[in-house]
Amino acid sequence: MPLLHVKNMTHYFGGLRAVHDYNLKVEPGQICGLIGPNGAGKTTIFNLITGIYKPSEGEVILDGQNLVGYKPNVIASRGLARTFQNLRLWRHMTVLEHVKQARYSKITYGLAGAFFGTNLRITEEGENEHIAIDLLKLTGVLHFKDEIVTNLPYGAQRRVELARALAIEPKILFLDEPTAGMNPEELVQMMEIVRRVHAEIGMAIFLIEHRMKVVMDLCEMIQTLVFGELIAEGTPEEIRNNPEVIDAYLGKEVEA
Amino acid sequence: MTKISGNSSKTGAGIAQLFSRVLQPYKYTPIISWLLGGLVAVIIEQFVGLSLARALGMYKIPALFGILFILDKPLLFTGALLYNILIYVIPITVVARLTKFLGNRLAAWLLTIPHIVSIVVHLGLLYTILHIWSEVSDYRLLVARLILIAIIVTLSLNVINGYMGEFSCSHPGFIALGAYATSVFTIVLFVDDNLFGPALLPISFGFLFFPIGLIIGGFVAALGAIIVAVPSFRTRGDYLAIISLAFMFIVKSLLENLEWVGGPRGMGSQPDWANLPTVFFWAVIAVWVINNFVKSTLGKALNAVRDDETAASAMTVDTRKTKMTAFLFGAFWAGIAGGLFAHVIRYVNPGTFGLTMLAEDLAMVYFGGLNSVVGSIVGAVSINLLSEALRPLEIYKWIVIPLMLILVMVFRPTGLISFREFDVMKLIEPKQEPKE
Repeated sequence: MPLLHVKNMTHYFGGLRAVHDYNLKVEPGQICGLIGPNGAGKTTIFNLITGIYKPSEGEVILDGQNLVGYKPNVIASRGLARTFQNLRLWRHMTVLEHVKQARYSKITYGLAGAFFGTNLRITEEGENEHIAIDLLKLTGVLHFKDEIVTNLPYGAQRRVELARALAIEPKILFLDEPTAGMNPEELVQMMEIVRRVHAEIGMAIFLIEHRMKVVMDLCEMIQTLVFGELIAEGTPEEIRNNPEVIDAYLGKEVEA
Repeated sequence: MTKISGNSSKTGAGIAQLFSRVLQPYKYTPIISWLLGGLVAVIIEQFVGLSLARALGMYKIPALFGILFILDKPLLFTGALLYNILIYVIPITVVARLTKFLGNRLAAWLLTIPHIVSIVVHLGLLYTILHIWSEVSDYRLLVARLILIAIIVTLSLNVINGYMGEFSCSHPGFIALGAYATSVFTIVLFVDDNLFGPALLPISFGFLFFPIGLIIGGFVAALGAIIVAVPSFRTRGDYLAIISLAFMFIVKSLLENLEWVGGPRGMGSQPDWANLPTVFFWAVIAVWVINNFVKSTLGKALNAVRDDETAASAMTVDTRKTKMTAFLFGAFWAGIAGGLFAHVIRYVNPGTFGLTMLAEDLAMVYFGGLNSVVGSIVGAVSINLLSEALRPLEIYKWIVIPLMLILVMVFRPTGLISFREFDVMKLIEPKQEPKE
């Protein structure tokens, strides 16, 4: 049974059909990619699966549990973490606070603990701090831990976002253009970190990416989306040689 | 050490340098030494204050450091200034300097036993100072209590407006609900009153029930807050501000039209239970609980919701629960403050809880600093003192305070001390001089 199974998902924005009959199977530990030209509906698919939008039709099943109709925080706490295309960090919080915040659903001390500073709270906050520090070490931004996140360089902000998503202890991690806006050096580092995280934690990864190099290097399976419809699915090799994908990306050859 | 250069391009930097030189001997003075200095100062005032004030041309001890004279009798102010220096500044600085070493030893020793002891000792000293200081006149006692209540109000409003970043205007409504609920509780049970008839219980041990009354007031206010919290799930920003403003007016008109709580005439004869120790106790509890809350992950969730709600919910934060908690928690403390306020003034009427109070509360939060416990305390104290100082201007003081607020907003948009964490242990620990 696949870890994440999306069956015949369709979504309309008013009269506009943004996604049509989308299917996805991600096995545990697999890295999958979603590519497609601008406006193809890639981020919409992310938002549909993570609960920001509710799909008009179709099913989403994570580890045997239905996800459709649940709020994003519930879906996230069931083990689906994500990052955002244009960074969504909390601009007044420090790096460490970011990662600790994502442990929200793991907290059991409740409001009584929050108000009166019980021993349970002290232990749990301490444990979460340990986990957060480990994750910051893994993503290589530990030296920034007490900085306000907006003071960090762009590449480091991306890594903080990744560390924050990992703090949820996801079964599957959604990365929305993890290398967007990065220079070649940062890009190589980011790919290195994604690989390291995958090797160390071993969760499945589903990523949207524009840069072919990244997708081809990282992914075992790639889907191509054009105007809300899947036109191809397969290994990097298959996708690279698929004429439809080439058409979608480079345009059709005009017959002379 | 570099000398202060006369041709410094930035006077601001020069002043800062001057300050740091003046304060150099006090840099590693622990808080306990300052408290001892304050204690000595208020004891001196107790004994020689009146004769000194008379010698300086005043007929009584200047109640609030002479700030009441500034506008009324400017000529007396030099005397008041001298009085302040002789009674407060010199004893405090001298004692703080002299007890620096001892204070550090004491603070260090206090940390070797359970920390609560150290906190209690510090608070005890603070209370003693406040108690002796406010014994001088009833006016001081009243102002001290009102400032302590203002601290609770400011902190509770900061939870909603600062920590969660929703511009809520409903606070006077919450305070009114707390004030009325607590008043009804105490008057019905313990006071012979023409609104509610004879007392149901003897007043002699009624004092013990006052906390229950306050907590009931807090819960009633929190119940009212649900009306604002539920719309906050769907709207934000300006729209929520309007909803919360509407809530404030609903509460006010409701109280004006409910004859059984006195209607527009209001309700008097609350028992005199909100004395200084009681108010001090509740203010300390409020600071402690609110500070605990905003430092926990559950409390930081408010910041996450404020800064990016989508990201917060994608990171498992339950945004609805967080908003609900913030509103109910803030309103609860506003209700407590309202109950205390009603029993300090010993009279409530709906007119008190209107736009003027809203302006005052917002001024305290935005002047002191958003997202900061220390900022709230500073804001509450300074706006209250300022408001007392401007009393001779009567209604025109509402030109001066907003003007100051505009200046703060222009030069420090988030308030004087904003986005700062309040760490009690850091405050009371001994200050070690770095070894050279």
